[in-house]
Amino acid sequence: MITYNTLIVLLGTSLLGANCGLVGSFALLRRRALIGDTLAHATLPGLCLAFLLLGYRSLPAMLVGAFVTGVMGIVTVALLRHWTRIKEDACLGIVLSVFFGWGIVLIKLIQNETTSGSKAGLDSYIFGKTAGMIAQDVMIIGGVSLFCLLVVMLLFKEFKLVAFDASFARAQGWPAVLLDLALMGLVALTVVIGLPAVGVVLIAALLIMPGAAARFWTERLESMLLVSAFVGFVVGLVGTSISARVDNAPAGPVLVLVGSSIFMLSMFFAPRRGLVARLVADRRSRLRLENRRFLEVLFDLMEPALPERQPIALADVLDHRGWSSRDLGRLVDRAEKHGWVDRVDREKLRATEKGLRKGARYALSHRLWLTFLDEHPDQIAAYANLSSTDPAELLPADLMESVRGKLLASGRWPSADLLETSEELSR
Amino acid sequence: MPTETPTVPVSSPEESPTTGTDSPHVLDVHDVTVAYHRRPVLWDIDVTIDQPALVGIVGPNGAGKSTLIKAILGLVRLASGSVSFFGQPYSSARSRIGYVPQRGSVDWDFPVSVLDVVLMGVFGKLGWFRRPKAADREWAMECLRQVGLADMHTRQIGQLSGGQQQRVFLARALAQRASLYFMDEPMAGVDAATERVIFEQLGQLRQQNKTVIVVHHDLRTVPHYFEEVILLNMRLVAYGRTEEVFTPENLRKTYGGQLGILTDVATSMASKGIRP
Repeated sequence: MITYNTLIVLLGTSLLGANCGLVGSFALLRRRALIGDTLAHATLPGLCLAFLLLGYRSLPAMLVGAFVTGVMGIVTVALLRHWTRIKEDACLGIVLSVFFGWGIVLIKLIQNETTSGSKAGLDSYIFGKTAGMIAQDVMIIGGVSLFCLLVVMLLFKEFKLVAFDASFARAQGWPAVLLDLALMGLVALTVVIGLPAVGVVLIAALLIMPGAAARFWTERLESMLLVSAFVGFVVGLVGTSISARVDNAPAGPVLVLVGSSIFMLSMFFAPRRGLVARLVADRRSRLRLENRRFLEVLFDLMEPALPERQPIALADVLDHRGWSSRDLGRLVDRAEKHGWVDRVDREKLRATEKGLRKGARYALSHRLWLTFLDEHPDQIAAYANLSSTDPAELLPADLMESVRGKLLASGRWPSADLLETSEELSR
Repeated sequence: MPTETPTVPVSSPEESPTTGTDSPHVLDVHDVTVAYHRRPVLWDIDVTIDQPALVGIVGPNGAGKSTLIKAILGLVRLASGSVSFFGQPYSSARSRIGYVPQRGSVDWDFPVSVLDVVLMGVFGKLGWFRRPKAADREWAMECLRQVGLADMHTRQIGQLSGGQQQRVFLARALAQRASLYFMDEPMAGVDAATERVIFEQLGQLRQQNKTVIVVHHDLRTVPHYFEEVILLNMRLVAYGRTEEVFTPENLRKTYGGQLGILTDVATSMASKGIRP
C-alpha cells in the first residue's frame, strides 16, 4: 500500500517534473538548455556556503544560497561573453566546472570539520535523494511550480515572440533582455527546488528531456508545453516509484533514465516526426515513385505500337533508367502482383490494360512536368515537387493552361483512349 | 511598443490610416557610425528621407546594408550619430515602424503555425499580457490573403518553401500596420512567384503613402522597383532619385571595377530609357 511518506514523495517529484517540463520547453526553444546545466552546477557552492554560515542544515536557507551562486554563475557567463571574445560554449564549460569544483572542495571541507550527524546531507545534493522529502519540501515545490505556471501564462505571448524571433521582438520594442532574464529566473527557481530530489548533476536533463520528447508529438507551442509538462509529471511519478523499490538507488539517475526512455520512445515512434514514421514515409514514397517511373517507361516503350500491346524486352527497360537488373526484377514482381504487367517469358513482359492506363496517366503528368520545366525555368523553384504526381495540383491554372497547350502542340500527348477521366480527355 | 492604442479592426490594408506626411521627415539618419570591436562597419551615414517613397539599399557584400537597417532600428549600438522617425525618437515612433528580418535569422522548425507568426505583427500594439482577439486573427488572415497564403494558415512554418516563408514574414510586417517599413533582403533566393507578390505589395504600400526601405541584392531590378536608392559601401556613396543617382559612375564608386555587374546595369537602364 502507499504510505503517507511515499505519497508525499510522489507528489513532490511529479510536480517537480511537470514544472521542469513547462519551464524547460521554453529554455529549449530559446536555445538556453545548456545554461540550465551550468546554472545547476553553479548552485553547489551556494548550498555549502549556506550550510557553513548557518552551521546547521536548513533547507530554505540552503536553497537561497543555491539560487544566489546559480545566478552568479550565469551572470558570469554573460559577462565573459560580453567582455571577451570567448564563445558561448566555452564560457558555459568554464563556469560550470569552476563553480562545481568549488562546490566539491567545500563539501570535503565540511565533511572534514563537522560531526557525522549533519554532514551526510550534502552528498545527496550531487545525485539527489527523494527518500527524505517531507511535506514542507512539497509545499516549496508546489509554491514555486504555481508561480512558474502563472508567469508562463501571463507572459506566454511575450516568451513565444522572444524565443522565436528576438530581433523582431526588439524592433517592436519588447525588452528582450528583460524577458530573457525572467525566463532564466524561472529556470533558476526550477533548478533550485529540484536539487534535493534530483541533484546538481542531472537536474538539467529533467529540464531538457520532456520538452525534447514533446516536440516529436506536436507542431504547436501550446500543446508542446502541455505534453512536456505531462511527460515531466510521468517521469517524476515513475522514476520515484522505481527508485523507492531499488535499495539506495539515487533518484536523479533513475529519473533521467525514465526520462530518456520516454524521449527515445518519442524519437522513434512518434507519428510524423518520429524516426520510424519518417523512414516508413520515405520508403513508401520511394516505392511509389519507382512504380510510377516503371509504368511510365513501359508506356513509353509500348506507345509506338499501340493499340497493339506488343511485348517489351526487359533489356530495353533497363536501357531507359538506371535500375540494376535486381531492382528491376523486384519492380516487375511488384507490378505483377498489382496486375499491372504480364510476363511473356523470361526476357519479355507486357503491360496489362490496367498497367497501361496507369502508365499513360503517369506519362502525361511526367511530360507535363517536363514541358513546364522547359517553358518556365524561372518558376521551377516555386512549384517543382516530387510528392505530387499531377502538376495540376501544384501549378496555378493559367500556368497549367499554357503547359497543356505546349504539350498538345508538340504532339506528345499520350493516346487519348487510355486516359479515362473526363478532365484529362477534355483538354 | 506596448502603446495603449487599441487595435482597430480593419478589413484590408488599403483602408488603414495613412500617416507620415504630417511630420517633418519620414526618416532622418544623422551622422551614424557603427563599429564592431572598434572596427567601423558604417561610417558617417547621413540620409534624410522627406517624402514617402520606395527606397532600395544596394552595395557589395559586407558593405553594411543589413547593419544600417539594424542600426536604424536600434538593434545594434551606434558608436555615434542619431536617428529620428517622423521627427521623433525610435521609442515614440515604434508603432509606426514595420520590420522584415532576413529569413535565415529564425529557426523555422519552431512549433508555431503560419497564422501564429503573422499574429506576432500585432503584438506590439496589443501591449503587455493581452492576447490577440478574434479581430486580430481576422486581420492576420487578411494580411495572409494579401501575400497569397491564406489557405496555408494552419501549417507549421517549416513545411513551407523558402519563398513562402519570406511571404509569411512580409504578412507579419503588413500586420504591423506601419507607415515606415524596413525589409532586409526580402527577395534574396525566392522564387519568381514570391518576388512578384513582394513587388505587388511594395506597390500597394506606396499607394497608401507609406515608405519602404529595402536591402536589395539584384542590381538589374533596382530601377524597376525603387524610386530612390541608397548606394552604400561602409560609407554613403550616394542617395537620391534612382534615375539621378543610379549611374555607372556611382556604381563604380560603390562596387569598384566589377565590370560584369556594370554592363548588366547599363543594359537594364538602357531598356528603361534611363541614360547614364
